[in-house]
Amino acid sequence: MKEEEKKNMKTKPHFWRWAVASVIFRLVLIYFPKNLNLATRPEVSTPVTSLRRLAEGYWLTQSSMSPYAGSMYHGSPLLLSVLGPLTMKKIEGQPYHLLCSFVSVIADFISAMLIRAIGLKLRMAYCERLKSLGLGKLFEISEILPSEDIAALVYLWNPLTIVTCVGFNTTPVENLFIILSLYGACIRVAPLAAFGWVVASHLSLYPTILIIPVILLLGNGPDATPRKLFLMYKKDEADNSSKGRVVNGLSEQKKFSWRPVGLFFVWVLIWTLYTLVLCGIFMRNYGGLSEMFNRTYGFILTVKDLSPNIGVLWYFFAEVFEFFRDFFLIVFHVNILFMILPLAIRLKHRPCFLAFVYMAICSMLKPYPSVGDSALYLALLALFFNELAEMQFSFFLFCGFVGVSLLSPVMHNLWIWRGTGNANFYFATGMAYACFQIILVVESVSAMLNHDRKIRKLVAAT
Amino acid sequence: MVRLRSILLFLLLFKSFGSIIAEEEDQIEQFSEALLLRPLPDRKVLAHFHFESKVPPTRTHGSHHHLFPKSIYQLVHKFRVREMELSFTQGRWNYARWGGHDPISSRNAKPPGVELWATFDVPQHQVDASWRNLTHALSGLFCASINFLESSIAYSSPQWSFKSFATNIRYGTLPREAVCTENLTPWLKLLPCRDKAGLSALMDRPSIYRGFYHSQRLHLVSNEFDLAAASSGMVLEQTLTVVLQPVTLGSGMTSSVAIQQPSWSLSSLFGRKVSGRCVLSNASNVYVQLEPDLVSELKTTSETQQQSDVENLISQAWSDMSFEMSESAVRVIQEANDFQKESSLLYEFSLENFSDSRPFDLEFRWKRPVTWSSQLAPLQAHRFLMGSGNERGAIAISLKSVGRSEYAKSSVNEEGRCSLRVDLFQVVPWYVKVYYHTLKVFLDERLHSLADVVERTNVSPSEDKVSPGLMEIALRLPCDVHSVILTLEFDKGFLHIDEYPPDANQGFDIPSALIRFPEIKTKMHLFEDKSACKSPILSKLQEESPVLWYTEVLLVPLTTPDFSMPYNVITITCTVFALYFGSLLNALRRRVEEEERLLKSKAAKPSGPIGVLLSKLSAKLRGKPLEPPPPSSSSKVSYKLILRVILVAGIAAAWQYFYG
Repeated sequence: MKEEEKKNMKTKPHFWRWAVASVIFRLVLIYFPKNLNLATRPEVSTPVTSLRRLAEGYWLTQSSMSPYAGSMYHGSPLLLSVLGPLTMKKIEGQPYHLLCSFVSVIADFISAMLIRAIGLKLRMAYCERLKSLGLGKLFEISEILPSEDIAALVYLWNPLTIVTCVGFNTTPVENLFIILSLYGACIRVAPLAAFGWVVASHLSLYPTILIIPVILLLGNGPDATPRKLFLMYKKDEADNSSKGRVVNGLSEQKKFSWRPVGLFFVWVLIWTLYTLVLCGIFMRNYGGLSEMFNRTYGFILTVKDLSPNIGVLWYFFAEVFEFFRDFFLIVFHVNILFMILPLAIRLKHRPCFLAFVYMAICSMLKPYPSVGDSALYLALLALFFNELAEMQFSFFLFCGFVGVSLLSPVMHNLWIWRGTGNANFYFATGMAYACFQIILVVESVSAMLNHDRKIRKLVAAT
Repeated sequence: MVRLRSILLFLLLFKSFGSIIAEEEDQIEQFSEALLLRPLPDRKVLAHFHFESKVPPTRTHGSHHHLFPKSIYQLVHKFRVREMELSFTQGRWNYARWGGHDPISSRNAKPPGVELWATFDVPQHQVDASWRNLTHALSGLFCASINFLESSIAYSSPQWSFKSFATNIRYGTLPREAVCTENLTPWLKLLPCRDKAGLSALMDRPSIYRGFYHSQRLHLVSNEFDLAAASSGMVLEQTLTVVLQPVTLGSGMTSSVAIQQPSWSLSSLFGRKVSGRCVLSNASNVYVQLEPDLVSELKTTSETQQQSDVENLISQAWSDMSFEMSESAVRVIQEANDFQKESSLLYEFSLENFSDSRPFDLEFRWKRPVTWSSQLAPLQAHRFLMGSGNERGAIAISLKSVGRSEYAKSSVNEEGRCSLRVDLFQVVPWYVKVYYHTLKVFLDERLHSLADVVERTNVSPSEDKVSPGLMEIALRLPCDVHSVILTLEFDKGFLHIDEYPPDANQGFDIPSALIRFPEIKTKMHLFEDKSACKSPILSKLQEESPVLWYTEVLLVPLTTPDFSMPYNVITITCTVFALYFGSLLNALRRRVEEEERLLKSKAAKPSGPIGVLLSKLSAKLRGKPLEPPPPSSSSKVSYKLILRVILVAGIAAAWQYFYG
């Protein structure tokens, strides 16, 4: 224990130094967005998250028109009323986007802190569980790295996150709410989890499926080894009749606690009503809530905008025959839904990891993905640094991500700006990116299952 | 019978009140033709044909006509058109050289391609349906693809910038429509004499399509459905405006060829002569117009050379020494203009006395070089694209002052500050996604706040695949401004593969923007007394109309996908998704311990006869000797395989049975 504390003492100043450095780095980068021109990059801002479109929507509301008039803005009306004024306000002598970029920097920093808090919780639970299973000696505690610091730093220093933060879009805010809901579920505060989940789903639809990990987190507590192991272990204990080593937390871990889950649903209802009422008040002159759902969720689900992005659906729907369009829309969305249940069954004891898998799948299959989505799930992946130590192909995947992120802008430039390339080249990088994400998801899932299997074997062996 | 009686009664009433003859004349159909020729400063000649058909309202006249085209009459009645204008234009009107501040240019300078606008006398919700039907009818009538204006992405409804006080208006343009003789022939069919007699006989197709600018226009006004107003029936105005380069006649070949204006005649311009008037027309005149600047130029040069009497100017003295015309004018009309020191001159020629044996061939011969310039619009407008690449760009509209501030003198507001109002009307197709919040105004190349300059705006942003974006802006500019530049940023859209035209890489056209100076009206002050003017073309020229300026059509290149790839894209994408689904499900399904246990238990059991047979078969197929030792797994696999094959075949058969 002392060693661990010492290590913490050692790493903490490092962590803070690096965290502050990342914030300063962002603030420096904010000052040259004209040179970087990230706001219009397809990798960074999508039609749903672009702040430039939000500014257009805000301008339309200012000139007493619906913000959704003219298929420019597809985000939430709440975001419009919060961030909209910032896009128009100007600090003397500074560019327009500065205030919004400050918001993104703050959101990024808070997200990193929340990730760190989640990681701490997870690591504590992990160590505790190992100890309670009697494996504390096998897994040297000192071997377990402070994954929370690593995850937070991965989030803060990931080039994808930095690019997203500087790139004038709403993804940092959306990510913040996703993490907030996970954090709320981790510390078992149902109102916070419900708030995060409702707002995140309202902002970008896909976090809706995070309801399963959030419920599991609230019911079962943070990630741990399967509960069956306890029964096995307990049986062994009973057989060995060594009653001195009865585990403390065992009784509370056994049952799925319904109370926080019920509370969560009550709060979800409250927050949903609250959000809808606010949106309804905003939209009362512009066609009501149905118009809002049509222009936000409808736009996402029907893939109306075919401008290139790092996903694969834009080119698919630009090329597919019109009469197959509805069929493939259903197929691709059902692809996400079909995986929810099998994953939830197999990974029900690891809700945070489940959340990571869901997010990775969504970022791969959603019509308007951006690198901000991958930044988020990569940070969550780093939370399971200890568990996934034996993951295969990690170097290959790293190289793949680096390669794609270098090649994709080149291909985009060749196609769009120089006119020498072809749409197929850019699409190929999108395809490769999707493949790498698939491999990442599959490998991490099987590594996690293998890890659990290993622990089970170890428990059986003891 | 009842109608006849009512008409008689009506006429009697008129008679009894002692109505004047002019009103009685309104009750019969009328047709008139006219041709206006004007030498242009850049050695070209403007020829403006003007045909006007009038029909009294159906209430008094009935629906039987002998002059008015029946197709147009039916069109008006079927779709309840109140006013309509259709123009086919090839080439661009050169505002800087051919003038932008005279009635002819403000009415007849049109954007390239087809422009159609119409107002309807129907309830608000039926306007779109009427418009769609009208476009289809016109498309058939004029052999043009006007029916493309039917879809809602092609037309818009401007509120105030295109035409003041117009409700139920629809406006659409097709910038890329090629205009040719197949559009002219149906247009000529609407004339009672077609092109067999009268002025329209001059329209030799090769000559008029050789011109620099060619615009045929059809303007229809009907107040048939206005029950309250004193109805004047329908007026169909057909004009053809061409700008031609005269083939230089021999006499012009003097030493100073460079600045000598080319002399021309009707036969040299059109290759034909006029053999008399169309007998059905009430008036059949040819006019030669000299622009104000030209007149003053001629005056000054003659003054310096001859010191002639100022009062005597209209007499042939000064004009004779500069140019001569082969026919003598019936009358010379001078514009009575108080505001400008110069005024234009119109020479009128009548076709009454000409016939086949003595065709009318007006010859206009310059005697000495003259240079002059046309009347220009207060601001010269241009529009261009900025930026490169196929992702985004910006539209810039630049208004440059021509340096003549007297136009704006009339619009001094209460505070004594001279100001100029400019209306801007622009329609952009939906795939040019304009960010209206990026509108910037630069006055004299300095960024200016919008609130100071923009008086009124109306923006209806484009909706993807539904409607085009419409922007109307009223600017209030100080008179002493030299240049105004408006910029708007936009993103380029990406279309579905089917939405690209056959020549996708050529790019897409953004229709012309319209710059309008609503406070600056142009008209010719020919007669103080309106009734003295008998000729419809002259009364048209006397009507006030705001100065208009159509900007250039913009060509926006859009990125194209690979048109040959749909199958590849579909199969590859589906493969990747199948890979994802299969491998992830496999990873989840896998239970290593159980598999191991199962293998152990299977190894103990002997395999069935079919399994052995299949393993033998597979071994044969692979060309390897039979290896019996591990048959258990293979037999299991082959059982599964057979089951799967049967399952798939069963599903396929069922599918065929139920849906095939």
